[in-house]
Amino acid sequence: MIRIAVVSGKGGTGKTMITAALSCLLKGSLVLADCDVDAANLSLVLSPRLIRTDPFMGMKAAVIDPDLCTECGACREHCRFDAVEIDDGAYQINPSRCEGCAVCTLVCPADAVTMQPRQTGVIMYSEVDRGHLVHARLVPGAGNSGLLVHAVKKTALQEDGDAEKFLVDGPPGTGCPLISSVSGMNAVIVVTEPSVSGLHDMKRVITVCRQFRVKIFVVINRYDLDVTKTEETEAYCLEESIPLIGKIPFDPAVISAVRAGVPVTDQGQGPASLSICGIADTLEKELVNLAAR
Amino acid sequence: MKLAIASGKGGTGKSMTAANLAFTLASDRLVSLVDCDVEEPNLHLFFPSKTTPRDVTLPIPVIDESVCTYCGKCGEFCRYGAISVLPKKILFFADLCHSCGGCTLLCPEHAIHEVPKRIGTLSVSTPLPGLKLVTGTLDSGSPLAVPIIHAVKLEAESDPLVILDTAPGTSCPVVEALEGCDACILVTESTPFGLHDLELAVDVTKRLGIPAAVIINRSDGKDEETLRFCEQQDLPVLLTIPFSREIAAVQSRGDLLCRAYPEWQKAFRLVFSKAESLMEAKS
Amino acid sequence: MKVCITAQGALLESKVENRFGRAPYFIIADTETGSFEAVVNPFADGSGGVGPKAANLIIEHQAGALISGLLGGNAKAVLDMAGVEQFVYQAGGTVSDALDAFKKNTLDRVK
Repeated sequence: MIRIAVVSGKGGTGKTMITAALSCLLKGSLVLADCDVDAANLSLVLSPRLIRTDPFMGMKAAVIDPDLCTECGACREHCRFDAVEIDDGAYQINPSRCEGCAVCTLVCPADAVTMQPRQTGVIMYSEVDRGHLVHARLVPGAGNSGLLVHAVKKTALQEDGDAEKFLVDGPPGTGCPLISSVSGMNAVIVVTEPSVSGLHDMKRVITVCRQFRVKIFVVINRYDLDVTKTEETEAYCLEESIPLIGKIPFDPAVISAVRAGVPVTDQGQGPASLSICGIADTLEKELVNLAAR
Repeated sequence: MKLAIASGKGGTGKSMTAANLAFTLASDRLVSLVDCDVEEPNLHLFFPSKTTPRDVTLPIPVIDESVCTYCGKCGEFCRYGAISVLPKKILFFADLCHSCGGCTLLCPEHAIHEVPKRIGTLSVSTPLPGLKLVTGTLDSGSPLAVPIIHAVKLEAESDPLVILDTAPGTSCPVVEALEGCDACILVTESTPFGLHDLELAVDVTKRLGIPAAVIINRSDGKDEETLRFCEQQDLPVLLTIPFSREIAAVQSRGDLLCRAYPEWQKAFRLVFSKAESLMEAKS
Repeated sequence: MKVCITAQGALLESKVENRFGRAPYFIIADTETGSFEAVVNPFADGSGGVGPKAANLIIEHQAGALISGLLGGNAKAVLDMAGVEQFVYQAGGTVSDALDAFKKNTLDRVK
């Protein structure tokens, strides 16, 4: 199985649209995972048919038993994450602030605090035209989205481990969800845009990806919106020996495709669609080389 | 007064909105612009200026092996796998430590004390006479965004007007940035992606009890569904910015709409006065 | 000597898992007797620090060498300290294949 993650650093560069189109174009059997669990959008353009839903249990969090609590304040004093709140005189844990460290269980003289599993999201397993899609929804404000990413990927591998390709739509940023998305992959495609911030964020995400020794490719989306910045991005890729596998022009057909809820490659032979077909071809060749190594 | 700029979806123009608002308002009052997107801070790109970043630190344990008996209690307790106790050796991994202080409290031999460790940087600059820019940057690969957000917010805690740019999404770094804000502007785009993520973001502002309003960016005129959602949710739409190649070009080169086309300043002033009335309505 | 191989399943025919800390199983094989034991990795779905925790686990199982695809710096530090040698196997084969390659001395040592 070849494992590919599409990432970006900066949000809104067109990662999801490219992932959706690639899922239709790549050869062989395929399993898909939407690891942008904060704002999962891949399902909006792939018309998934839900097969089942599993609860996601995050890291254990502290819970105070009000019957045992003596309101001594030791937990509040020692919690470094300000997770112990007083509501109407009663001590309680704000689960969105609790880091699960368990220091409160250590200091409570009344043994009133225990660590309890809690559901912080759901994982959905669905059928799409090209195979199966695993996607998720995180309870807003919940932590541990990196762990949810791990669980999403694990579900995909457990259910469809025999697929030839595993395609992951990654999250923006460089924090734990991104690290979880990139871990264990063979290749990442960094989707960037020609802007000061696009270039800045691409460099940061590449630094993180390199720690995982994965093959890195770059795609510049909407490249014609700023030719100078595109040249700057190209020069960077050349200098760093990162293959640039495609440049996608700005094309209003992309927005119409999102509105229609389909991948852009389903909407005729526009400039963006043609360009993504070229990217899929180049990627196939590169992946053959990668597998041969 | 604290005004947050957020969005569910990334790349909708959150930083652009925050930067233009701050630039416009700073011509006649003091504005503090705080970049809470510490994984990918971008505001400093709009306002290049000289700064001396200082380290943001958290206390981490140091183990005195001349006292340690290798009992293993700290390694067993640590939920983050940051301490490994072998029969005659103890290892500590600073990059895994969440700085909870548990090991120090727990050690029966009192062999552990704490020292500060850098997790990122914070910088304060004055790129324009009325503008204070606070930027937090997480060291790459560190999972600890929340303490840096806490530090950057503290830096502007008592300033008269604070505009905060948050990270995209709805998870803990966004909640940390939003807590304590008086109002929030959600920047969206009129696509199903934009709308889906706007719904998630509205959910978060509601849970936190923060009044919210919307800016539609890169509009191609087909905003009906977004407008319908905003009406249902009682979210005022403060501004609609059309898509144009000129505006995109201003953005790409790291310039500001209100600097390149000063006629836009009026629109951003209006956005702010509407946001102010939101905050007043709350209080 | 006992050799630990990271695996996707509990058998010698299971594929080698590329990751160490998040490997579903550790196969502990005894090169002298030919016997083996499959240990479920309780940290595979843990939220952080899984590398060093898994390293401690295989040390408790008295492994003298580890074969895996990729190893993080923290896990390596623990294994180095305990004198567990580490070898890279990335050929995509089974636990048996990796063990054969180890016996033939063709695996690279993790530097």
